[in-house]
Order: sequence, then C-alpha cells, then structure tokens
Amino acid sequence: MNLSTGMTAMTAAVHREDAAVTAKISAKDVNVYYGDKHALKHVTIDIRPQEVTAFIGPSGCGKSTFLRCINRMNDVIDSCRVDGRIAIDDQDIYDKSLDVVQLRARVGMVFQKPNPFPKSIYDNVCYGPRIHGIGNGKTELDEIVQKSLERAGLWNEVKDRLQQPGTGLSGGQQQRLCIARAIAVNPEVILMDEPCSALDPIATARVEELIDELRENFTIIIVTHSMQQAARVSQRTAFFHLGILVEQGDTEQIFTSPRDERTQGYITGRFG
Amino acid sequence: MPQAKDHIVKSFDEEIKKLNNYITHMGGLAESQLQAAIETLVKRDADTASRIIRDDAKIDEQEVLISQQVVRLLALRQPMAIDLRQIVAALKISSDLERIGDYAANVAKRAIALSQMPPLKPLFAIPRMARLVQHSIKDVLDAYTEADADKAIQVWQRDEEVDEMYTSLFRELLTYMMEDQRNISASIHLLFIAKNIERMGDHATNIAETIHFIVHGRDIAAVRPKGDNTSFAVLKANDADEMPSLEERR
Repeated sequence: MNLSTGMTAMTAAVHREDAAVTAKISAKDVNVYYGDKHALKHVTIDIRPQEVTAFIGPSGCGKSTFLRCINRMNDVIDSCRVDGRIAIDDQDIYDKSLDVVQLRARVGMVFQKPNPFPKSIYDNVCYGPRIHGIGNGKTELDEIVQKSLERAGLWNEVKDRLQQPGTGLSGGQQQRLCIARAIAVNPEVILMDEPCSALDPIATARVEELIDELRENFTIIIVTHSMQQAARVSQRTAFFHLGILVEQGDTEQIFTSPRDERTQGYITGRFG
Repeated sequence: MPQAKDHIVKSFDEEIKKLNNYITHMGGLAESQLQAAIETLVKRDADTASRIIRDDAKIDEQEVLISQQVVRLLALRQPMAIDLRQIVAALKISSDLERIGDYAANVAKRAIALSQMPPLKPLFAIPRMARLVQHSIKDVLDAYTEADADKAIQVWQRDEEVDEMYTSLFRELLTYMMEDQRNISASIHLLFIAKNIERMGDHATNIAETIHFIVHGRDIAAVRPKGDNTSFAVLKANDADEMPSLEERR
C-alpha cells in the first residue's frame, strides 16, 4: 500500500464499482488540520443517494471531523483548515461563492445529545422553515410542522400538546423532534453524529426504523461508535482509523468479510 | 415462525421471513423429489429418474442461499433469544433437507439400475415406508412454519416405526438372496434404497428435534427412539426354512 497517497489498489477497485452509481456527495483527497495536527488524511469517498452510509472507527479516528466537513461546521473552529474537494451534486461546497447558510439547509444535522430549542414543540419544528422563508402564513407552516412530525414518527404522540416545551419530552422523543426539525427545511442530506448514544434500546430501535423509512427520500450519513448499529442500519460502511479511511464498501461485505486486516481487527474487537 | 409481535425495525422481520420462505421452498422440493423417486422405482421409469438426479442441484442451491442469509442475519442484526435460535436452526435444517434431497437422488439412481433388471417380487414395503417418511417430512415442515413443537414431537416419535419397517425389509431381502442368488443384485439395490429412505426419516427426525429447540430453547429430553436393529441381525441357515416359502407367500 502506498501510505503517502492513501489510495490503495483496493480503494481504486471500489471506485471502479462506484462509478456506475452517481454520487450524491463526492470527496476527493480531503485533508483536515487542527493547527499542526493532521487529523484527516487524503480521504476520498463517494456517498450514494438514498442510502445510509455509516462511518465507524475508534475514538479520535476522524469520522466526526469528516462529517462536519460536509456541512462546513468545521468553519466555526478557528484552528481548523480543510484541503481537497467536497462536492454535493458535483458542486464544490467550499467554493467561495457558495452560500453556507443555504448549504446547512440542504444538509441537516442531528447530534448525539438531543438538543431541542428552549421553545415549544411547534416552534422547534417551524423555526427553520420560518428563517429560510419556506412556507408563508400559518396554514402552510402548520402543514410543514405536521408533515415533519409525522415523518419523524412523533406526530401521534405530540399532536395534542404542540405548544408545550420541546424539552419536556423523553430522550427518544426529543431526538425524533430534532430529526423532525432537521427535515422540516427539506434537506437533501441528513448527517447524524451518534444519534442514538443517549437513547435506550427501544428508543434506538424506533430511530433506526425511522432512518430506514427516511432513506427513501434523503441521503443519510451516520457516525456511530456502535458497529452493531452500523451493521443494522446502513447499506455502505466506511472504516476510519488514525485519520485514514481504511476501507469502504457494502455493509454486508465489510461485516462478513472485510478486505483489510485493520478493519477485521476493529470489528472483531481485536484492537481499537 | 409466528411471533407475538413484529420487530420495531420492520426490515428485520422481512429478512427473517425471507429465510423462512427459503426453508419452506427447500422442504417442498425435497418432499417432491422423494415422491417422484419412488414413483420412478415402481414404474421403472429411467427417464424421469434421470431428471430427478439433475434436479437435486436445485436443492443444493437453496442450501447455499440459506447459508448466505444466515451469515448475513448474524452479522447485520445481532439476533438474540428466539431470533438467534431460529436463525441458527435454519442452518441445521437446511443441512438435513439437503441430505434428504441427496438420498432421493440416490434412490432415483438405483431405480435406473433396477429398471434394467427383471423385476423382483413386488415389495410393497418400500413405497409404504417411503410414504411414511414423506408424511414425516411434510408434517415436520408444517411444524416449522407453525412453530408447533408438539407436532414436531409426533414426527420424532414416528421414527421408530420407520426403523422397524427397515429392519423387517432387511430380513426379507436377506431371505430372497439366500433363496436364489440371481436375486442378489436387485436385492442389494433395494436394500440400499430402503436404507436411504430410513436415513431420510432420520433427517426428518433431526429437523423435529431442531424445531423443539427453537420453540423451547432446550433439547428433547427423552432418548431418541431407535428401532433399527439390522446392525445386530444375524440370519442362520435354518431361518430360511422357518419363513413361509415363495409358493406360500404368493
């Protein structure tokens, strides 16, 4: 393997497979630095549309860093520098002329700890559409709120208490509220950074079922430190280690016969 | 295998259902191969027998599909409790069904050989034994689909009857061979056929045990009934005299 380029023969082979499907998100030779620290090295990956792609790897491997490049959340970190090309629908998202606010409407994000705004359930969901000018007047906003909550599988549980604070819901419900909030602005991509870490198994299962339903209409990337979750929920999996994208492929192949020894070592719990 | 409630993640249910369908399909194939093989024996139909031998490949394909689906489910779903038992059991059951298919093909092979020899006296015992085993296979597949451990136990208990039929067939064939050495060739083929059918019965019994394990999570407690005493069978010279003669039997 040529360590300096990070592009192994295997990665090249995977790219030939990928060429048949048009990528939604395309990353080429992406490097990320926090000051002098080279946190992400020569990452090249295509994310396919209407699929769930999981990023797995031990703590500090760069998976969350890479996730935050896709909606340019790393911009808010002073010491952070991003190199290389990331394109959505073949459009470079780091282009100077790109409106970052619009980008973050197209690319939604859900975080590890549910973070509903200190507002009512209703206002949580319609906040995004309001500030982006989506939906004029109460009727349209009402529809958007209902549709988003329905799609997030939360509507029946909250329809009679929309004016109550979002923070009054249970953990699982709060997370589904955050998902409703993210989809209310009609994104194309949803990024999820360990969305179920704070949830119990049943709440987790409900979010996973929701992810299964959502992928018909959205492209989803999920960072998870649970390989079992990655196995359950995704169609493609990418394994990161020490800032390098070690292996990517169909989830079934990664978890039944990974090509790289490091991948096998990680998923069988032999190191990490 | 019906469960009280569906999984929260529906795609898991769909994948288990796929596995169940593979098993049911494979079982149906094995059952019909057995039935067809016996028919070719009775009707001395070498052409159909050849087709049966070729068709065994379809059963083998199912085993590959089932293995792949089991590995997939184990890797991607981390099944627990009854899900785990059911998925692992599918692997064992497919292995038993594959052997049943092989034995049916073996019966067809010998049917071709027998069709080229003058017919031995009618041996109703073989089709009768085959019908019993066929019912066992059908019942055990029903037990699987319905998660019915009691039905599985009934099949399990029937194995003794199959074994007894085989033991008496064994003795009968020995006497034919002792009476007239021109009977030996055909008798040996029939003996192997009978043994194959008895083994198919054993595999159906294995499946019954596996179903019991899926439902109850533990093995069938009692010792498995064994009625095949042919390993101990010794026919002495005057045994032939004590059996009714050919003329008396006609």
